Amino acid sequence: MFMTTFIDGLSLGSIYALIALGYTMVYGIAKMLNFAHGDIIMVGAYAILTTLNLGGHPVLAAIAAIIICTAMGVITEKVAYKPLRGASPLAVLITAIGVSYLLQSVAQLIFGSKSQTVTIGNYGTVNLGSAQVSVATLLTLLIGAIIMISLQLFVKKTRLGRAMLAVSEDRGAAQLMGVNVNMIITTTFAIGSALAAFASLFYLMQIPSVSPTLGAMPGIKAFTAAVIGGIGSIPGAMLGGMLLGVVEKISLSIPVLAPYTTAVEFALLIVILLVRPIGLLGKKRREKV
Amino acid sequence: MGYFKNVKKNFKFKDLTNYIIVGIILLLSLILKATGNLPRSSMTLLTQIAFSIILAVSLNLVVGFLGELSLGHAGFMCVGAYIGCLSANYLGKVIDSQLLVLIIAMAIGGVVAAFFGFIIGLPALRLKGDYLAIVTLAFGEIVRNIFKNMKTFGGALGLRTTTYKGSLFIVAFIMVFVTLFLIQNIIKSKHGRAITAIRDNEIAAKAMGINVTYYKLFVFILAAFFAGIAGVIYGHYASPVIYSFFSYNYSIEILVMVVLGGMGNLTGSIVAATLITVLNFQLQTRLSGDLAAIKFLVYAIILIVFIIFNNAPKLQPLRERLSITRILHERKEKRNPASIKNDQAKWDKIPTKIKMDEVLSVDVTPESPYTPDKPDKPVKKGGK
Repeated sequence: MFMTTFIDGLSLGSIYALIALGYTMVYGIAKMLNFAHGDIIMVGAYAILTTLNLGGHPVLAAIAAIIICTAMGVITEKVAYKPLRGASPLAVLITAIGVSYLLQSVAQLIFGSKSQTVTIGNYGTVNLGSAQVSVATLLTLLIGAIIMISLQLFVKKTRLGRAMLAVSEDRGAAQLMGVNVNMIITTTFAIGSALAAFASLFYLMQIPSVSPTLGAMPGIKAFTAAVIGGIGSIPGAMLGGMLLGVVEKISLSIPVLAPYTTAVEFALLIVILLVRPIGLLGKKRREKV
Repeated sequence: MGYFKNVKKNFKFKDLTNYIIVGIILLLSLILKATGNLPRSSMTLLTQIAFSIILAVSLNLVVGFLGELSLGHAGFMCVGAYIGCLSANYLGKVIDSQLLVLIIAMAIGGVVAAFFGFIIGLPALRLKGDYLAIVTLAFGEIVRNIFKNMKTFGGALGLRTTTYKGSLFIVAFIMVFVTLFLIQNIIKSKHGRAITAIRDNEIAAKAMGINVTYYKLFVFILAAFFAGIAGVIYGHYASPVIYSFFSYNYSIEILVMVVLGGMGNLTGSIVAATLITVLNFQLQTRLSGDLAAIKFLVYAIILIVFIIFNNAPKLQPLRERLSITRILHERKEKRNPASIKNDQAKWDKIPTKIKMDEVLSVDVTPESPYTPDKPDKPVKKGGK
């Protein structure tokens, strides 16, 4: 019983982790909180829904979601965030909130506020020892792990990835070394949004309903996960996501705590930030005058 | 609170514009009410305007003057609404005067919300900017989640209060006056200057001997207190108070008011809060179903356009060209060419004793931050 909860938690956690990676990468490189990231998931979910309704194959739907999400991420970056480069963080954050509202309201105007059901394939369950786990959960876990490992390899081993690390370390110095900072920031948004597209696919495999506010709650929770892990740190986002997913599922399985699950998750965030203000794996930065 | 000891002797009515705006709204509605021309729907609208103004002004204290982003203002309001209405229900059985019950309920709601402001202010001292924003957001969600599940507060059905049967909007507008009076006096005092100093440069403020911890907590507690009072007013107007109203969307709606009015500008907050509430009210009755999304679309576009226009480093020349203060100043000079000469003349009579109070209250906007993309001066070549 506990094993099932735990694996469910890990699977939910890998969805959170995928979204949190988008938050954390953008924060590390552009030093901004992309509040609209959660709504990119919603865009992906509608892309999947539309493709499936048009009679497309689920794989085609996933590809469509990835393309549309990436495009959306890049467009929002160019239109809303790029003019504000160098402005105060508060201004950028408020703009991001504005973009989030914009995406939600446009989606509601196009698709309506009612939630629609999507079925992506049929999945059975498997017995793992004493635990009974659905195939969708295992698939999420597996693909999520592959994506995260390849992302880590990409950042550590490739030229582009190392350029990203350099920009996140010191933007000015990276520019002097010949790194095209604007290009790197756009790439980061593109990768983050593509990860959000995967997250929307997995999310729909577990909770098959789409509505304009679909991205809001997972977005905020993934954001929480990124902060718990230490925002700006890629392993931190994975750890934070997994932790939050497991805590959520365990809290839901305890009858007394179940109605207070949201409170438990956010309380976890506050407690962790009180103990370690930079998050679990965050890097401490000294403030210079 | 050493603050009130210091400031008691020089409480003044500063920034009269704000009182006049609020006063005109109240006076007009009172006249209409006396002649019997004020429909019920307008009274509810007026109450909405009043608590929106209180919320916007108090959030402006945190966002505009302290420079910290709070996304949990609706959370404080939620605490105030539930606690205030519950206490009003109990007090209503003991005390006969409805007005007294409402006032005590507002005090209780405000104080409990202020206590929560203190609790949230504590981590605020260790966290900065974005981290603080997420903690306040988390706080709002926690509060909502807890009130939703507590039987005492009516659970998902909400909490009802029917203790106050008079015209709520009059009490609400008097509270707006009280709020404005307190906040404006604080801003124009030593405390206010310390708060803006922290916003402009925390480290420099610390170096000047400003107790950053104390002032940050002070602002958080004060803002939460007023949000709590706004919550109590909301609770008496809405009845039942339902948890779903206080979602982070509402916090953002208050933030839109602050941003639209101008961060650090109270008159702006008042006007924006009034405008948005009226707009909301009109749209809510006109737009039904999915078209309600147009409201949020409008908010979103307002937010994005205003912020980009006010903050984009590249738009600095455009902003200067369109600056209202500059245009007004030039018009003055055109009308009276001698004014330039007079300015010159004024320099001869420089007072020997400079009023430090006035010098310190000047709002200094920091220059646009250094961007490595475009160096200010071309790098010297051939230095070898």
